[in-house]
Amino acid sequence: MTPPAVVLAARVISAVMISGVEMDFWLLILIVLGIAGYGMVRGQRKAVVVAGGTPSRLHSLPSYHGLFVALWAALPALMACAIWMSTKGVIIDALVQGALPEAAQALDPDRLALLMSDIRNVATGDIVRANPSPEIVSAAEHYRRLLQYSDYAMIAIVAGIAAFGLHLASRQLGLDFRARNRVERIATFVMIAASTIAVLTTVGIVLSLLFESWRFFSRVPLDEFLFGLQWSPQTAIRADQTGASGSFGAVPIFAGTMLITVIAMLVAAPLGLMSAIYMSEYASPRVRAVAKPLLEVLAGVPTVVYGFFAALTAAPFIRGFGEGIGLDVSSESALAAGVVMGVMIIPFVSSLSDDVMNAVPQSLRDGSYALGATRSETIRQVVVPAALPGIVGALMLAISRAIGETMIVVMAAGLAANLTANPFEAVTTVTVQIVTLLVGDQEFDSSKTLAAFALGLVLFFVTLTLNVIALRVVRKYREKYD
Amino acid sequence: MDEPVAPRGLQVTDAEAAHVRRRYRSERRFRLLGAGAIVMALTMLALLVTSIVSTGWSAFYQHSLKLEVYFDPAVIDPDGKRDPDTLRSANYTSLARAALKAEFPEVEGRRDIRALNGLLSNGVDIQLLKMVQADPEIIGQRLPVELIASDDVDSFLKGFIDRDEQESNRRVKDNEIAWLDALEAKDAVVAKFDALFWTSGDSREPELAGFWGAMVGSFLTLLVTLGLSFPIGILAAVYLEEFAPRNKFTDIIEVNINNLAAVPSIVFGLLGLAVFLNFFGLPRSAPLVGGMVLALMTLPTIIIASRAALKAVPPSIREAALGIGASKLQVVTHHVLPLAMPGVLTGTIIGMAQALGETAPLLMIGMVAFIVDVPGGITDPATVMPVQIYLWADSPERAFVARTSAGIMALLGFLVLMNALAVLLRKRFERRW
Repeated sequence: MTPPAVVLAARVISAVMISGVEMDFWLLILIVLGIAGYGMVRGQRKAVVVAGGTPSRLHSLPSYHGLFVALWAALPALMACAIWMSTKGVIIDALVQGALPEAAQALDPDRLALLMSDIRNVATGDIVRANPSPEIVSAAEHYRRLLQYSDYAMIAIVAGIAAFGLHLASRQLGLDFRARNRVERIATFVMIAASTIAVLTTVGIVLSLLFESWRFFSRVPLDEFLFGLQWSPQTAIRADQTGASGSFGAVPIFAGTMLITVIAMLVAAPLGLMSAIYMSEYASPRVRAVAKPLLEVLAGVPTVVYGFFAALTAAPFIRGFGEGIGLDVSSESALAAGVVMGVMIIPFVSSLSDDVMNAVPQSLRDGSYALGATRSETIRQVVVPAALPGIVGALMLAISRAIGETMIVVMAAGLAANLTANPFEAVTTVTVQIVTLLVGDQEFDSSKTLAAFALGLVLFFVTLTLNVIALRVVRKYREKYD
Repeated sequence: MDEPVAPRGLQVTDAEAAHVRRRYRSERRFRLLGAGAIVMALTMLALLVTSIVSTGWSAFYQHSLKLEVYFDPAVIDPDGKRDPDTLRSANYTSLARAALKAEFPEVEGRRDIRALNGLLSNGVDIQLLKMVQADPEIIGQRLPVELIASDDVDSFLKGFIDRDEQESNRRVKDNEIAWLDALEAKDAVVAKFDALFWTSGDSREPELAGFWGAMVGSFLTLLVTLGLSFPIGILAAVYLEEFAPRNKFTDIIEVNINNLAAVPSIVFGLLGLAVFLNFFGLPRSAPLVGGMVLALMTLPTIIIASRAALKAVPPSIREAALGIGASKLQVVTHHVLPLAMPGVLTGTIIGMAQALGETAPLLMIGMVAFIVDVPGGITDPATVMPVQIYLWADSPERAFVARTSAGIMALLGFLVLMNALAVLLRKRFERRW
């Protein structure tokens, strides 16, 4: 009998493979890989034949000839497949829309988009509407047919490209053909492409944030967003609705973020720094070997766990404590979220500060001891000042972490944008607002959802600036003693 | 100690001795402060773990009521054809309720009967349906069945609802307690390991809600993440470390990777929403998109770790291979990369562990939907473990608190496993040159 784990794995993998929509895709990948595999064998054989049975007469090993053919068969085909997959939706939409009756085409763009999504849902059977109108059913039928044609056409065309690539490549093989150099050139291109993905990600982040924020700022003036004191993102859905004008003054949100960050740093900075000092200056290697990884566990716990802890344990405790000494504490107080966030950030402060203090040369300490200073005097007056730039860098990284942290505040801080400096009251943060504005169903064009991107833009630039400065400070300091 | 003191042999004045004592005291204080900081941070960790375990252990077992159920052919299969559709649409709830009523024939009145029926979970119909589907022979028989109790009853039996509390403040009323006591006297209340938690998807009823759907969702998402970030990460690391010329372009890439590692995760979610969902029109709530977003997020971790591993391979290996005529790519693929593999894998596992615990970006791309079905593929709507925890943490029912903690324990278990694997890899295979 096969062990249950194997059966389970096989079931999951087969489920991944054959789940409806993706079947054609996997089939196609299989075909392309098959053609490439054939190309591999064929290229290798042909090279041996050309060499008259003595492969040492070739410039490159036969396997490189095979690889060259296989790469030419697979890469262009896979690229074509990716292009087809990413454009087919738009093209089919346009075709179906063009075939709709006149009355439907005359609808305004929003309605038309709604109709199209209905058609798509009926066609893919995602959501079974109670009774779709006959027009929608026929359009969905059309849509489904096009989708099927597109899949068949894609299989034919991509397989054709693979076969053509194979043919072209295998014609080039010969005694003097530099197959290895060609393969290595292709490999270099693939590697360069892989390394630019990081750059593309940044570009993607910046462009998408800028684009959506620009749409937001064309509705809400920039100065209202940056300096307005009122945040209530509920906009009127109908024109005659009252009491939901929507105001987008983000100052209370920035203030709330700062308040929680300050509380977090008041916890994390002293605890993290003192831990780092003890770890690098006092602790025996055995204590260090146990305590350092344990501290790092704090950074490895998922933030949603901290959020649950903050909401379930920390907040009621702080509330009860506050009531005990006669204070009015909100159950979603900034204090609870801030303190728990501070605990999470301790290892960010401690491990980096630990590193920079370890990098302070022993000669500085020895000099200080020779003058009769105690250890703590040496630490306070020599080691910490020498490591100060690095420590500042560590604190800045920790602050950026605190500003960008999401789950703890989503679960334990409030939603209402209060402009207050009282840690016992509920405040809201940038990340909380992004989550609440974007989770749930809503149209993607309202100022409300676009506001989330404007907040995201601010978040991105603030954390980016902090990081750039911190990394530069840390690096500059390291150079000094190297 | 500011003023220089003239040497006077071994003579020490009282003031000087006091000064030294004071300095030593402050030394001890400082040292204690440092140890205290570590102890405090570790106490927080212990507090976190104990609070999770103490609230979560109770979700691992579940109470059922053992009742004699009559699988009435007239209800299940009136025409006796054993047609699967008929079997599926039968009213199994009425069978369970009849069994309960047979136990307490004296209960009368709509309100009381409704309260009595409330002892059982809403999921008993599916429980009975599954029994019948597994073995249609049982139709017409009378069998003792352990029917799942409702979440309030379960909480009461676990001792979370105090029976001395005033009745109006109590979720379980006096008459229900009397029935439960009667059942308990007959040994009809059973507490068993809760298999449902590990085998089913989410549910609105806490006693039926399971973690399996989220576990499969996490698995599929991580599969996509690994499939994308592992090859791309290795290729990028190899290029930057072994091939890239030192110029503006590679500088930009490097600075970029370092900065990406510190971008808040929620920003990656915004990217996924704007680009993958709205621009490319990929499906919402799907592990495919979740995996892509997490891949972009873990890419810097994998690249940085892989580069460190590649850097640790001594140049003599490269030179020896080059010396006997290998090309640069051959040097890397035949020698450097295999030697660096343990380090690369360690970095990948750590990146995957990070991705497994990530919640915020997945909220942005709609993986927070309430999904009952266990996902079957990477384009099915799904949720992942941390998001499931977030969803349960938001639910008001008392029993969901335990489920949340149990889910957290499962998640932490997986993380510990992954990190242990990483440590093991590092210990076993990493070479010091």
